[in-house]
Amino acid sequence: MLRKKHYLALGAVTLVALLIFSLPPRATSRLKLAVGSWFLPLFGLAGTAEQLPADLADSVLPRRELLQQINGLRRQNGQLQAQILQAAPIARENSQLRAFLGWQQQTPWKLKLANVVLRDTANWWRTVQIDLGSRDGLRENLPVLTTDGLIGRVSSVGITRSQVVLLGDPNCRVSARVENQAHDMGIISASGPLDNSLVQLTYLAGGANLKSGENVVTSGQGGIYPAGILIGQIVDSRPVEFGLYTEARVKLSVNLGGLEQVWVLFP
Amino acid sequence: MNALNTTLILAAAFLAVFGEAAFPIPRHWLGAQVDLLPALMVYSALSADIATVSLLAVLGGLSFDALSANPIGISILPLFAVGFVIYLKRDLILRELPFAQFVLGAMASAVVPALSVLLLLTGGQEPLLGWGSIWQWLVMTAGGAVATPVIFQFFIWCRHALGYPPRVETSFRPDREIRRGHN
Repeated sequence: MLRKKHYLALGAVTLVALLIFSLPPRATSRLKLAVGSWFLPLFGLAGTAEQLPADLADSVLPRRELLQQINGLRRQNGQLQAQILQAAPIARENSQLRAFLGWQQQTPWKLKLANVVLRDTANWWRTVQIDLGSRDGLRENLPVLTTDGLIGRVSSVGITRSQVVLLGDPNCRVSARVENQAHDMGIISASGPLDNSLVQLTYLAGGANLKSGENVVTSGQGGIYPAGILIGQIVDSRPVEFGLYTEARVKLSVNLGGLEQVWVLFP
Repeated sequence: MNALNTTLILAAAFLAVFGEAAFPIPRHWLGAQVDLLPALMVYSALSADIATVSLLAVLGGLSFDALSANPIGISILPLFAVGFVIYLKRDLILRELPFAQFVLGAMASAVVPALSVLLLLTGGQEPLLGWGSIWQWLVMTAGGAVATPVIFQFFIWCRHALGYPPRVETSFRPDREIRRGHN
């Protein structure tokens, strides 16, 4: 039944697969980027297709509604400027006190806005691709967030785009702290594959007293994420391994399914 | 015709992979993204030669892995295994029947992700698995099953639109012509 050309095809494909598996990690990441670049011409097409309904909606939006939106944004802008004016002396005072006590000065965050262009094709990973790459100064392990909170970190970098591994993926673990009196610390790790709004907070101290709705933020330990970035809120908790440690479910503050624009945080 | 068929299959695979990454609508609604490569592999194995099956496995697998967190190349062997088995048995399959296409699409869409996850686990990776994965697997199987007859119809339409029209056979045969007035 098997003819010569069947053996040839079987051998050739197996050889190609084995050859790719045996490549060193640097070469495989380059190959991945090269293959991914085949899709570059389609990025613009997808962007235009996504933008088209929004453009159509904009063109039929009544002028009165636009003016209302402008007025609303002006009011919001005024409030934010007032808050900045209020915060500036506080920041100065904070800086002076830190200098007085000899504490390390806090540097303001440097952020870069990126668009989410693609999502993972496989159901067993939770990653997205963004339209910033090494030419924009990105490198691996930079934290990625939105205005609602942390979403993950940069896991691999190409020239024009990068892959971001999201919270809830097995490859994205974050040292986290619960904002309660005990400042309980744990590790954010993966949860189930279906609900991407929940993650597990594990390795909390045995007998940790957690209440539903308490905020969970990054602890600053581990060297990747700065302290104090909001991750989510505690949903419930339970003792694990006969009370050796506690595990909690955390509802993420960011809707990972609806990501469009994200901020990459530079140290 | 073969070159056109191969080109169409590879172009469809390229667009299918991009569509899965750019438009995650099934994932929002059903909790899982449907993979169209196994369904394309069924079509390819039943209608094209072994070279096209191999090309689809290699290029489709590489494209799929390039847009995911999979180690690159991991999807090649599962796709090829499915395509190769169907190709070897294709003389025994009633490929024109939509029900046969549906069943083959379901089987291919179930086997390819299962083999991929098995390879990932063998390679020491930790994919996101749990009870919900069974639901995702069922969605992928059902999605692939439904997509396969649609893909067959699409390619039949493409062949009619882009290929040469089939030669019309007439009932006239010169050797059966009755000549009158001659002895």
